[in-house]
Formats: sequence, structure tokens, C-alpha cells
Amino acid sequence: MTDTPLIIAGRTFRSRLIVGSGKYPSHAVMRQAIAASGADMVTVAVRRVNVSDRSRESLLDYLDTDHIAILPNTAGCYTADEAIRTAHLAREAGLSNWIKLEVIGDERTLFPDNEALVEATRALVRDGFVVLPYTSDDIVVCRKLVDAGAAAVMPLGAPIGSGLGIQNVNSLRIIREFVRVPLIVDAGVGTASDAALAMELGADGVLMQTAIAGAEKPVAMAEAMKYAVAAGRLAYVSGRIPQKMYATASSPVEGMVGR
Amino acid sequence: MVITLNGEPHELDGPLSVTDLLTRLSIDPRRVAVEHNFTILKRHLFADSRINDGDRIEIVNFVGGG
Repeated sequence: MTDTPLIIAGRTFRSRLIVGSGKYPSHAVMRQAIAASGADMVTVAVRRVNVSDRSRESLLDYLDTDHIAILPNTAGCYTADEAIRTAHLAREAGLSNWIKLEVIGDERTLFPDNEALVEATRALVRDGFVVLPYTSDDIVVCRKLVDAGAAAVMPLGAPIGSGLGIQNVNSLRIIREFVRVPLIVDAGVGTASDAALAMELGADGVLMQTAIAGAEKPVAMAEAMKYAVAAGRLAYVSGRIPQKMYATASSPVEGMVGR
Repeated sequence: MVITLNGEPHELDGPLSVTDLLTRLSIDPRRVAVEHNFTILKRHLFADSRINDGDRIEIVNFVGGG
């Protein structure tokens, strides 16, 4: 079946799966896993260069930046100012004006500080960024982000790295119904069915990191996620049957032998 | 002279430009962003940006992340 592709801020993506680049046993495994996932957008973090040890290879040597969009993040930022500064550094590092905006509000849960997130979104949009904010699964916050100019909204399915799967199915359904920008479920996926569920709920894409990089076999899990996202999407656009309390026979009830 | 480089004191013969500093550290300027005294520098300004004693320099790059 032909489906419309994922388009964010005018850029078309082949895949609806977005993957991270951290936590892999090696850069080589990361490269294989990204290839197996089919993803053409990959998140990266911005950190100080280790000036005393320049022997380490550059992450970018392992990413095919001609075919893969690099999405720098502001992970670890706890204030709007810190996130804005990190976003500007990411842009100067030279790959794009896209930013996965994170403003964290709590250390244990890594839940977003939504007030600061809206403020930072507004500021970065004004500065010419394409802003993809990582947000709570809250329709009110998502609306404010859209009003602030976000190119997509990226509500969490569960806490970052938790692998708990989609915790609040209804919240995502509501966001899907009322938000017209691309909806990317970011964080919380543990296994393939979680990713499929996110897509079945109508998400335009899924962003994940730990579920792949932390799996026993990251490259194989990346492939599983590719199928899960594709299957979930196809099921969503195919129009599922309604759920009912009781059975409906699948075979004809007439013509039974001996009746 | 002593500058603060990525949060740590760093001794250098200077003054020197940002380009000189990156060369001494064997850092490819195309792969990093540089902040000089809390101002982010455009890459074409690296050669003309003079680092003086006591300055604060941040050099960042992309690492794996989610």
C-alpha cells in the first residue's frame, strides 16, 4: 500500500523511525544498527570536546550525513537558557538548524519542565530553528508548543530509558486528535510492540534510543523496530475493526453438517 | 598565560587565535563549535578571534545521544 511519507518542516523522510546514537558498545555497532533500523534521522548530543584525549574517533565519521538527517538534542539541560545556548552551539557545529529540544525538570523521572520548554521553543523558533520539543503527553502543553512554533510535538510514551511502553494510551489519542503538526512518540519504548502501538494510535513517527542500543542484540532489535513501526503505521491507515465484548463467528453459520 | 578551557585551567603560550588553539589541540575546526567568553563564534571568525589571558573558551562537538 502506498502511504504518504513523514514530512517535518518541509523535509521528507523515508522512515517513520528516528533513532539515537548513544549507549552502543561501539561506533561500528551503532552504524550497523542505524542501517538495520532504516532510520534517516538520527539524534546526537552536544558535549565538551575531551581536550586531553583526542584519540577517540568522531561520531560523525560513522554517520552517513549525506543520507541521514542529524538531529542534535539539548539533553541534560535544566533551564531554557541552557537549552537555548546548547541549541546555538549545535547549529554552529555545522550540521543543521534542527533541534530536539529537551528542558528537563526532574532528575529521577527526566520529565520535561513544560513551562521552560514552551519559552525555549518560542525563543529558538524566533532565532530560525526547526524545533522538535520533547514534551509531556499533555494536550494543553502540546497546543502551547504548536502556538510557539514547534515543527512537531514529541510526547513521551514513558520515562526516558524506562522501557515501560506507552503508559497513557488515551493521552496520545487525544493529542493525535487535536494536534495538526507531526506527532512523534519519543521515549519509553521497550520492545517492538510498544513501537507498533504508538503508530497504531496515530503517531507520525517514533523516536527511540535505549530500546535498541541497550538490547542484547542491538542490530537485530533495530530491524525489529523497523518492522514494528511499519506494521503499526499500516494498521493505523488500514482502519482497524471495532473492539467488542463477545464473539462473531468467522465461518458461515449455515450449512453445518447434521443440523 | 592561563585560560579556562572547557571549565578547566589551561596554560598556553599566547596570545593566539582560536584557529591556532584548535591546531595546537589537533581539533578539526569543521567538527566543533566554539564559545569565547560566552559568545558563540561563527566559524569564519576563528582566525581573527584573539584569545587573551583569563579568557573562557568552550569547545563542543557531537557525541552519541538519544
